[in-house]
Amino acid sequence: MSARDKLAAPLDVAALRREFPILDLKVNGKPLIFLDNAASSQMPQPVIERWVKYRSAQHANIHRAVHYLSETATAEYEKARHKVQAFINAKESRECIFTSGTTDGINLVAQGYGRKFFKAGDEIILTTLEHHSNIVPWQMLAEEKGVTIRVVPINDRGELLVEDYRKLFNVNTKFVAMTHVSNALGTITPVREMIAIAHEHGVPVLVDGAQAAPHLKVDVQELDCDFYAFSGHKLCGPTGIGVLYGKAALLEKMQPFKGGGDMILSVTFEKTTYAPIPAKFEAGTPPIGEAITLGAAIDYLSAIGIERIAAHETDLLDYATDQLNRVPGVRLIGTAEKKAAVLSFALEGVHPHDVGSLLNDDGVAIRTGHHCAQPVMKRFKVPATSRASFAFYNTMAEVDALVASIGRVQKLFA
Amino acid sequence: MILEHNKKPRNWGMLADATHKAEGVNPLCGDHIHLSLKLNGDQVEAVGFEGEACAICKASASMMTVAVKGKTKTDAEMMVQEFRDMTTGKLDTGGPHHLGRLTVFAGVSELPTRVKCAILPWHTLHAAFAGSDTASTE
Repeated sequence: MSARDKLAAPLDVAALRREFPILDLKVNGKPLIFLDNAASSQMPQPVIERWVKYRSAQHANIHRAVHYLSETATAEYEKARHKVQAFINAKESRECIFTSGTTDGINLVAQGYGRKFFKAGDEIILTTLEHHSNIVPWQMLAEEKGVTIRVVPINDRGELLVEDYRKLFNVNTKFVAMTHVSNALGTITPVREMIAIAHEHGVPVLVDGAQAAPHLKVDVQELDCDFYAFSGHKLCGPTGIGVLYGKAALLEKMQPFKGGGDMILSVTFEKTTYAPIPAKFEAGTPPIGEAITLGAAIDYLSAIGIERIAAHETDLLDYATDQLNRVPGVRLIGTAEKKAAVLSFALEGVHPHDVGSLLNDDGVAIRTGHHCAQPVMKRFKVPATSRASFAFYNTMAEVDALVASIGRVQKLFA
Repeated sequence: MILEHNKKPRNWGMLADATHKAEGVNPLCGDHIHLSLKLNGDQVEAVGFEGEACAICKASASMMTVAVKGKTKTDAEMMVQEFRDMTTGKLDTGGPHHLGRLTVFAGVSELPTRVKCAILPWHTLHAAFAGSDTASTE
């Protein structure tokens, strides 16, 4: 098969599933149906093995000693950074900073950029779709600095209103922070267009890519974003590791977020000279094994092909949307034209928490609650929703099981 | 019984002449209830609640209002303690207690994520007695 044919071929989901040991699990005597991938996805055997190899034969602290293990760990850690660079098409690997996750990356920019450059009277723009992790760090800073937060509204489908966004800009606008894919609704935002608008005003943009990186091809140069943050554990990698991409020129003029070892050139009690990027932002011993294992997860996903993953997930989403639309009493929350594989819904007369508990009896794992996106819940006037989110290892049969389980919940509450 | 109380909650609605009020919130799961009490001296003369909550929370609140109506504050507080012990597996429902039909909630001790749903109304009752405005079980 040529490379081109391979990319066009549909996924062999049955074969892929065999690589995920956790998918063999029985929950309440039923096969696990894992539909909570937007919260965290599962890890395949080759990625687990990479972690085991690191812990068994490669672990030592990095960037320090001259012995064999330290040199090996350092080389593997930096190799992982190159894998990240290729994955998001960053111009240089030093623009990819290892963080503990998306939240950490956003806080790094709020503190490293915002604290240095924002002043009283400035404005920053966020959107209604943001996860709390892309609201709270900015609010904390805004309160301290006297900065005003402006919010881009959404329509009833859960799509950002770009014309309203355009009107929010004025001479005081200093920053835009926005999501690429909504975790609560699945909306794919017109991020490229919105970045271009911000740049017309000379305003830098941070993109929260936590939900996008596992499902869409991310090209930071093509997007022309100034910062892009994502997490490892939503990419079939480990928790405790994430990436912040930033344009080198911006990262260089920012102040460090955390002080400590490994981020300095020289220290006296009078003055410390900081290390160049990325080390400037990686104080202390980083999650070395986690970074290396994330590199393996990126290899794994890249070998399958993000485009093929996206195609299968779109099929799942279309099928599930169609099936749930046929069930009376189900209201889908978030019906954007461009959506990632997230299905938020409300069941008439049944609180989402009860939906989650009863689905669990059937082995079906979904997320219920406000999804750390209370402004979205408020916009749709619901306290919480039930959310099924798909990964490439999910099947149409699992969608059928979800729909059947929802039917049983409705019968119980009828 | 839980499903029945969820569907037809007793003592639904806030009292116009309440002497004590409190709000209970579980921010992570979205349970949100308001509780109002009318105390006559030390006795719970009337009690009412409303809110947006899951079946376990709503039924627990409904059955709680039935159970504490007419009781003294001291007796009601003792039930708060016993209910909390029962749902966290620390009370033997075979032994002496004052919970009556509320023992249907004993099973939630095996569902760690639902314990806080069942307890929320009771924490809210405790907060109302204590004169504080809000309660949370998270």
